[in-house]
Amino acid sequence: MDRILEVNDLHVHFSTYGGTVQAVRGVSFHLNRGETLAIVGESGCGKSVTSNAIMGLIPSPSGKIVNGSILFKGEDLTKFPEKKMRTIRGVDISMIFQDPMTALNPTLTIGTQLMEGLIQHKKVSAKEAEKRAIEMMELVGIPNPKERLKHYPHQFSGGMRQRIVIAIALICEPELLIADEPTTALDVTIQAQILELFGEIQEKTGVSIILITHDLGVVAKIADRIAVMYAGKIIETGTKRDIFYRPQHPYTKGLLHSVPRLDERGELEPIDGTPPDLFSPPIGCPFTARCPLAMEVCNKVYPATSSLSETHQVNCWLQDERAKQLLAAAASK
Amino acid sequence: MREKILQVEQLTKHFDMGRGKMLKAVNEVSFDVHKGETFGLVGESGCGKSTIGRTILGLYQKTSGNVIFDGMNVHELSEKERFAFVRRMQMIFQDPYASLNPRSTVKEIISEPMEIHGLYKDSKERLERVYELLEEVGLNRDHVNRYPHEFSGGQRQRIGIARALALDPEFIIADEPISALDVSVQAQVVNLLKRLQKEKDLTFLFIAHDLAMVRQFCDRIGVMYLGHLVELTDSDSLYEDPLHPYTKALLSAIPIPDPDVEEKRERIILKGELPSPINPPSGCVFRTRCPMAMEICSKVKPAWQEAKQNHYVACHLYNKELTEADKKEAAPVS
Repeated sequence: MDRILEVNDLHVHFSTYGGTVQAVRGVSFHLNRGETLAIVGESGCGKSVTSNAIMGLIPSPSGKIVNGSILFKGEDLTKFPEKKMRTIRGVDISMIFQDPMTALNPTLTIGTQLMEGLIQHKKVSAKEAEKRAIEMMELVGIPNPKERLKHYPHQFSGGMRQRIVIAIALICEPELLIADEPTTALDVTIQAQILELFGEIQEKTGVSIILITHDLGVVAKIADRIAVMYAGKIIETGTKRDIFYRPQHPYTKGLLHSVPRLDERGELEPIDGTPPDLFSPPIGCPFTARCPLAMEVCNKVYPATSSLSETHQVNCWLQDERAKQLLAAAASK
Repeated sequence: MREKILQVEQLTKHFDMGRGKMLKAVNEVSFDVHKGETFGLVGESGCGKSTIGRTILGLYQKTSGNVIFDGMNVHELSEKERFAFVRRMQMIFQDPYASLNPRSTVKEIISEPMEIHGLYKDSKERLERVYELLEEVGLNRDHVNRYPHEFSGGQRQRIGIARALALDPEFIIADEPISALDVSVQAQVVNLLKRLQKEKDLTFLFIAHDLAMVRQFCDRIGVMYLGHLVELTDSDSLYEDPLHPYTKALLSAIPIPDPDVEEKRERIILKGELPSPINPPSGCVFRTRCPMAMEICSKVKPAWQEAKQNHYVACHLYNKELTEADKKEAAPVS
């Protein structure tokens, strides 16, 4: 399959008063054209930093990509000068942020904000830009688009603002869309509307999507593949069904068990403890301290990637032949 | 039937927005909470659920109606009676970052309510109690001299819970106690609340928007929309047999973390947005978005009725007095 994006061994560090935070510690994944990849994990696991790195939005000089490459259609984005990144952003790759209240400029009309990117990057006339803006507003389901172009963000509700943010992100017809918790700030009935919209847009435009989220329900609905992040590393990747029905990593299993389901009632099994401090992350597997199946080796050496199938990879010592023998022996006792 | 510890009767709370505008946050809401149960109040932002919680505790003055706690009318207490009342009813807040004083140590935060209420002989006994409380909520005694910023979100919420428990209350209002936390930590806090309830025979009013979590935790649930209670029943009936069109849409909107189930589900996507509570629709407040709206819905406010045993709903679809002609569909609302 055609890979639109390939991230290899990405490391991102931030310097702070307290020392260096190793927010992303060797992340590798790829995105096929036209698919939706969900990156899931809890706050502080590095999922937003990863997406900001792709967009070239790591704040300098405090933040730095210290290693790794981000290949977009074969070209390494980390080597691009800022000026070139500006044309990539908005034209080839766009981003949708969590909070539609802060993503829009309150002092400019919706029309200005929609057309800005188009006029800047695509060099179209104002008249043409307005026509495109109206089409985009129709696509994302905003009634009376011609009138609404003249309105300011505060005249729209939260759900409508998120639709506008999506319209702005899509107006230059990007090939890759990064959506960072796009529905977290919305109510569930509005979330349902927006998720529906994502499906329609992907069908119409064929855009590839990276979805950053902590909501496994949203993932079950719209993702094709899933990458699970923990403490700055991707610990398991697979298709949606690999992850939901054949999870291998104890963290993935724990995460799935700790989420309540609407259609069932039962005891929740939380994961005890909290994620490690990324000022001095553990050398071994970062989940060791919370893992019910931790072994001595887990603390000392980071597990290699094991492939369970073409699509399903996991980093866990339990996949090692020796561990499997041990577990089998323990089970037979 | 268990003893009713809290009765909310026709409670209404309007906020004056100036220039003659009234924000109708809560309108004629009635429900009872039984001793020892967990009563859930759910709805989307702006539905008035938090306002109800705060009005019950007396943090807001009511506009009309009554809140009766164990025979006392909460809004008509003398200062002295109110002081005794708050010892019995405490609150856990949503944001563990904003609800703890950043300049106080954990010891000061948890012992302050005991000091104010003059519990325990001296600070030494109070400190013992602080240790006890910390252990009850899953923290340890070494934490007493630390400040809130030294803790994670989940730990802070535990401190908030320890503070609410400091006065040995009977009733706790938990306003979105877990929505600011990560999923794996949410389950920790919910299990903690469940355990404490069992050990201390607490009654909870649990205010939340996360219906999946509410189902795990609550015995009975009330669903709110735009300041009105629209449906009330026990938690299993609500999920298995929702009656009100809003409840149905709300339940169907929540994604389930299971791809196969998710693919087969049919969704009711609600059209449009929440109307303004300053100028709510006439008749039934949900009619502007309701897929089943009828002519009568714009004219008459639906009565609160027991459609099935212990299953209450405010909707004309379940009004037995209406003829079939009345139920004919209304013209689509623009």
